[in-house]
Amino acid sequence: MGSGHGTELNLTLKVWRQKNSKASGSFETHQLTGISTDMSFLEMFDVLNEKLISEGKEAIAFDHDCREGICGMCSMYINGRPHGPKQGVTTCQLHMRSFKNGDTIVVEPWRSAAFPVIKDLAVDRSAFDRIIASGGYVSVNTGNAQDANNILIPKTDADEAFGAAACIGCGACVAACKNSSAMLFVSAKVSQLALLPQGQVERKERVKKMVAQMDEEGFGNCTNTGACEAECPKGISIENIARMNRELMSANIK
Amino acid sequence: MSKLDSKIPEGTLEQKWTKYRSTVPLVNPANKRNLEVLVIGSGLAGASAAASLAEMGYKVKVFCFQDSPRRAHSIAAQGGINAAKNYQNDGDSTYRLFYDTIKGGDYRAREANVHRLAEVSTNIIDQCVAQGVPLAREYGGLLSNRSFGGTQVQRTFYAAGQTGQQLLLGAYSALQRQVGMGAVQLCSRHEMLDVVTIDGVARGIIARNLITGEMEKHFGHAVLLCTGGYGNVFYLSTNAMGSNVTAAWKAHKKGAYFGNPCYTQIHPTCIPVSGDHQSKLTLMSESLRNDGRIWVPKKKDDTRKPTDIPEEERDYYLERRYPAFGNLVPRDVASRAAKERCDAGYGVGNSKMAVYLDFAYNTARYGRTEAAKRNIQNPSQAEIMRLGKEVVKEKYGNLFDMYQQITGENPYETPMRIYPAVHYTMGGLWVDYNLMTTVKGLYALGEANFSDHGANRLGASALMQGLADGYFVIPYTLGVYLSAEVSRMSAEKDKTDSIDKLKTKHPAFDQALKEQTDLINKFLSIKGTKSVESFHKRLGLIMWNKCGMARNKEGLTEAIAQIQALRKEFWSDVRVLGSADEFNPDLEKAGRVADFIELGELMCKDALNREESCGGHFREEHQTEEGEAKRDDVNFAYVAAWEYKGVSEWELNKEELKYENIKIAQRSYK
Repeated sequence: MGSGHGTELNLTLKVWRQKNSKASGSFETHQLTGISTDMSFLEMFDVLNEKLISEGKEAIAFDHDCREGICGMCSMYINGRPHGPKQGVTTCQLHMRSFKNGDTIVVEPWRSAAFPVIKDLAVDRSAFDRIIASGGYVSVNTGNAQDANNILIPKTDADEAFGAAACIGCGACVAACKNSSAMLFVSAKVSQLALLPQGQVERKERVKKMVAQMDEEGFGNCTNTGACEAECPKGISIENIARMNRELMSANIK
Repeated sequence: MSKLDSKIPEGTLEQKWTKYRSTVPLVNPANKRNLEVLVIGSGLAGASAAASLAEMGYKVKVFCFQDSPRRAHSIAAQGGINAAKNYQNDGDSTYRLFYDTIKGGDYRAREANVHRLAEVSTNIIDQCVAQGVPLAREYGGLLSNRSFGGTQVQRTFYAAGQTGQQLLLGAYSALQRQVGMGAVQLCSRHEMLDVVTIDGVARGIIARNLITGEMEKHFGHAVLLCTGGYGNVFYLSTNAMGSNVTAAWKAHKKGAYFGNPCYTQIHPTCIPVSGDHQSKLTLMSESLRNDGRIWVPKKKDDTRKPTDIPEEERDYYLERRYPAFGNLVPRDVASRAAKERCDAGYGVGNSKMAVYLDFAYNTARYGRTEAAKRNIQNPSQAEIMRLGKEVVKEKYGNLFDMYQQITGENPYETPMRIYPAVHYTMGGLWVDYNLMTTVKGLYALGEANFSDHGANRLGASALMQGLADGYFVIPYTLGVYLSAEVSRMSAEKDKTDSIDKLKTKHPAFDQALKEQTDLINKFLSIKGTKSVESFHKRLGLIMWNKCGMARNKEGLTEAIAQIQALRKEFWSDVRVLGSADEFNPDLEKAGRVADFIELGELMCKDALNREESCGGHFREEHQTEEGEAKRDDVNFAYVAAWEYKGVSEWELNKEELKYENIKIAQRSYK
């Protein structure tokens, strides 16, 4: 266990390669030997890329940044599941000890019409930014604020808002959903602000604008399968979707 | 006579900022609409500056290399943000926050800047709460505070272990609101490759669209670098994989002086390296050290399991060396002490480069308290530990889970193994009081500048500084320069070849674009045998071994020679595949590593020049008999601001640090 105690794995990788958004892609098979179980999944990809470069082949493009599970940039669809087989972790936190010697691992990009592939395993998630820009904020200019303790917020409300605000915007919910719905992502932001006093003034307008933008981006609808909640690395609750639906309905009834 | 003018306003320390911001020239709203500001980087400093400036009416463009501005590495900050609110009624004040920050920085920061930081700290909390940032609350609905290192008051605001995430998402929301209103143009997946200067004044940037590879020219009346720190020069650090120095370094080569490059913060509690495959290091929050005990075995090469080593055979070395502060000594002191034990052969784990962070003692303490609360008479040891673990789980559950995920060990059952790792860089581009670099019109905010933390940053102060610069400093100080720009534009309005008419058609833009295009083609044409990654790893090893936690003249001199050789080898033998006109992460990295190599040399040069020990900079030749850092205030109470003169050539400029409000003293934690 732990430092240097890990065993080594021999693996077969089937990785999606796609030159750019217009090209059609296909799987490429690679054999890897001597992969330490202490490695993270992305470190295993580092090893593979170094091997490819040494053979004069182009490295596999994939998104990643903080490698500690908080930035939301990494986005691999591993053996049919966003972020792989373990619950509650992002791809960067998944470690090779979750796999067995001799395993074949299939790695794809997020699959959704609203997330076009840029290259190999990297996709374009700017639709999420546009949804936030449509209303995912409180309209308060810098310098306008009153003293922070003038706003009293019950701890339970603050904790619930925080639970929704913990979303990292990775898009696993969309990738997991058979309809490519972004309802979990959108409802997390709607909920955070609907639960807090600061969000009340724009409450109705916000949910209407954000849902309209979500539809315009081409995300599908929700059919309550719950796959988003099951695959969310941050445990964002599907209750947020119910809350968003209530918010939208009451906003539309004047 | 120094070439540096820090432009610190007149008046008493308490009045400087208030008076200055009430008297600086303003730009009227109609003129703001004609002024373009380029913001590079979208972390706390960049997002807050861009949102605030757009709200004021300036035309703003934001650039970030990530796929979304929300992913900037401010997102990973765990512990909290300081503010002198004195909500706890425990004696906090602007002066105390100012004093703690100067002392924590080992008396190497600028008084006026730090006082301003302390003054605006309270506004930051107000602003973030108004945005809907869910900071932790008490049952009465008021904001909660926690303690942090280097202070005796509770002034740290937090959102569980995700304070950076929540604050950044607040700033990101404000930014996206401006994007939605058309006031900010967002250029994500763009990397700034150069600053364009005309007659020594910043007029725009060259950026590469990372998806298409297209090279772009962008004009701006001012350019704000909010591009973070350069810890990745060490290869392994707690920074994100993409964090880099390129924007700051290119600015340096265009005339911006680099301040105190050798001041780096090595954080004492990180998960140790597990093998050669390691790509980054993960922090275990400072709050854990405040609740645990650090030790190594008294016997060298002790191979027993930690839980089998009896109490009397353990060396709680921080408590032994620093009885007054014990496990609560500042980061620089704790890191050096861990290194000393491991170097002496007492390290643990397979690599022998780790020490134990043990929660058993406090778990038992919590368990006994819990048993008493629940009226359990004569609880068994097992019962005490079970109850204690519940308390520890509630306080630190997410960190314990992260540790288990990475190491495969259960920290509730066995002590954590930890070791120091590169975390933050106090050095950065030299800026004056207005946050302007030595290049007119070019600014540096947040971790990218050198100004507020001296030689060692206190915990929970990075978030404070990033947001202070972006929300409450630059909106005022930028006007000082841009109001003069308005006058210049008016004076030149009939000139046919003025920069305002030509904008990116000015030949300086074409020249810079060509240079950067040539550079990219150069990387691709070398067709050598070694990967970019392999050069980065080798640079990191040189820096860590010779310019890391302990430095000496011999090692630094060797390092400079090794880095120069590495640079030559890089430019003749690097292998970068793919093409320039596509999404090519390896090509992006080649540019970043080339800049890190040059920076590494300057860091060693600065460390060699600073013949003293202060904060994170420890020169082995300059220590007390007990092995503590020994400052030299007579000869080194200055900011080292390095001017680029050509490959491997720099000129040292000094800004004297004057302490008019604080008495300089030797730090002691014994």
